[in-house]
Amino acid sequence: MKGEQPTQPIALETAHLSRAVVGKVLTDDINIQVQVGEVVAVVGPSGSGKSSFLRLLNRLDEPTGGTVRLNGEDYRKLAPQELRRRVSMVMQTAYLFPGTVAENVAYGPRQRRQRLLAEQTDALLQRVGLSGYQERNANNLSGGEAQRVSIARTLANAPEILLLDEPTSALDEDSARGVEDLVLEIIRERRMTCVIVTHNNAQARRIAHRTMIIQDGKLVAIGPTNEVLRDD
Amino acid sequence: MIEFLATLDRNVAVGMAQAAAAIALCLGVVVLCRWFAVHVERETAVSLARGLVQMVAVGLVLALLLHGSLLIGALILLAMTFAAAVTASRRAPEIKKPLILSFYAITAGSSVVIAVLLATRTVTSEIVVLVPVGSMIIANAMNACAQAMERFRADITAHVGLIETGLALGADPAATVAPYVQSAVYASLLPRLDMLKSLGFVWIPGVMAGMLVSGASPVYAGIFQFIVVAMILAASGIAGLVATLLMRARAFSSAAQLTLRAAEPDKFATPQP
Repeated sequence: MKGEQPTQPIALETAHLSRAVVGKVLTDDINIQVQVGEVVAVVGPSGSGKSSFLRLLNRLDEPTGGTVRLNGEDYRKLAPQELRRRVSMVMQTAYLFPGTVAENVAYGPRQRRQRLLAEQTDALLQRVGLSGYQERNANNLSGGEAQRVSIARTLANAPEILLLDEPTSALDEDSARGVEDLVLEIIRERRMTCVIVTHNNAQARRIAHRTMIIQDGKLVAIGPTNEVLRDD
Repeated sequence: MIEFLATLDRNVAVGMAQAAAAIALCLGVVVLCRWFAVHVERETAVSLARGLVQMVAVGLVLALLLHGSLLIGALILLAMTFAAAVTASRRAPEIKKPLILSFYAITAGSSVVIAVLLATRTVTSEIVVLVPVGSMIIANAMNACAQAMERFRADITAHVGLIETGLALGADPAATVAPYVQSAVYASLLPRLDMLKSLGFVWIPGVMAGMLVSGASPVYAGIFQFIVVAMILAASGIAGLVATLLMRARAFSSAAQLTLRAAEPDKFATPQP
């Protein structure tokens, strides 16, 4: 954090993080630290490299320069599957697997040959406001419901860090506000470390302790949200 | 040699007349297509010319090598496998080294089956038997390989979001594409399964027809044809499975990132190392 002493341990740190594809720089030498329990918003114009940056944090894409440290450890030392369980992502579009809602929620634990108990599934669905949806066909849900299932599915992995890639941008206004409130409640009650990409500065103000602005893949500003977005 | 050329002269004249009739019928179909604004004139002309020249060349080579050794037969089959791999590899240009992938898959399918055919003495090692039967096996393995690659590529590029969702939830790459492996292998087998089901009802294949013409027992000809078609199914299954599994391995990086993308530039595309 530029000019600030961390008051909590550093959960996530990027060191000269960069990625270029076929000569085009998508992420350019980004250095940030995210404290445990902190929420950092990533804002910037369309195509500025916000999502590209986020995809590097759980290694969905490979950095072509620099690295990411998770609790001080280079994330390349971790198996990608373990890394992604610990640093889970909710995507812009909620892609649900064929099957029931309960099967979707249990997807992450099942990959590790762990069984999610029915009571745990019930609790997660209740938390996202979908009690009684266990046996519903996942392909017959509204956009807002699908995103709530996607959030419950991510929480089933018990991640240390939550990455949110514009989780409300594909939803209508009512659903978007409902999902945003849900995300905010979950982050606060679980004191989750979170990096959220948003094109909506008002949303960043409502959710994030700090905000970083990316333009052309470069970090151009980072600091307390009210200061960084003061002139907006 | 003189005797061979004399036989050739007589038979070739008859054969070319019969080929001319077949070509005329094809040209008639082209004219009919043109009537419905389907323009296949050039492609049909090229295909007919290539097919005739290639088959005459194959006939000449077989006639000259009629009494060649098993080694020569194996080399001919190897050359055919390579040509088949070149054709099949065009179905997956996004994959690294598609030619080698196709070659491995077609070789795996056809070599196992040809070895079993030889071991069980279903076919002899004479070139005149081995090469035509082997070529049928290789051609079908090639089709299965191409169909599996095409289906797998199409499924992966159509489901990038779902696959990356699985990866982001900590799934192994193999688990995220398991449904597409199944559908690719099934798609490569389906034509051969249909072929086997319709055997005798809808069509009497060339091998059996040839055996009947040359005076073989109809029952044995039928059994032999079944064996050949069953072996074609086996070769197709092996080729389709190997092609799909090799493609799956190349669809992801060593860090479990999806690298197989649609051909058009993608900002998230990971450069191949």
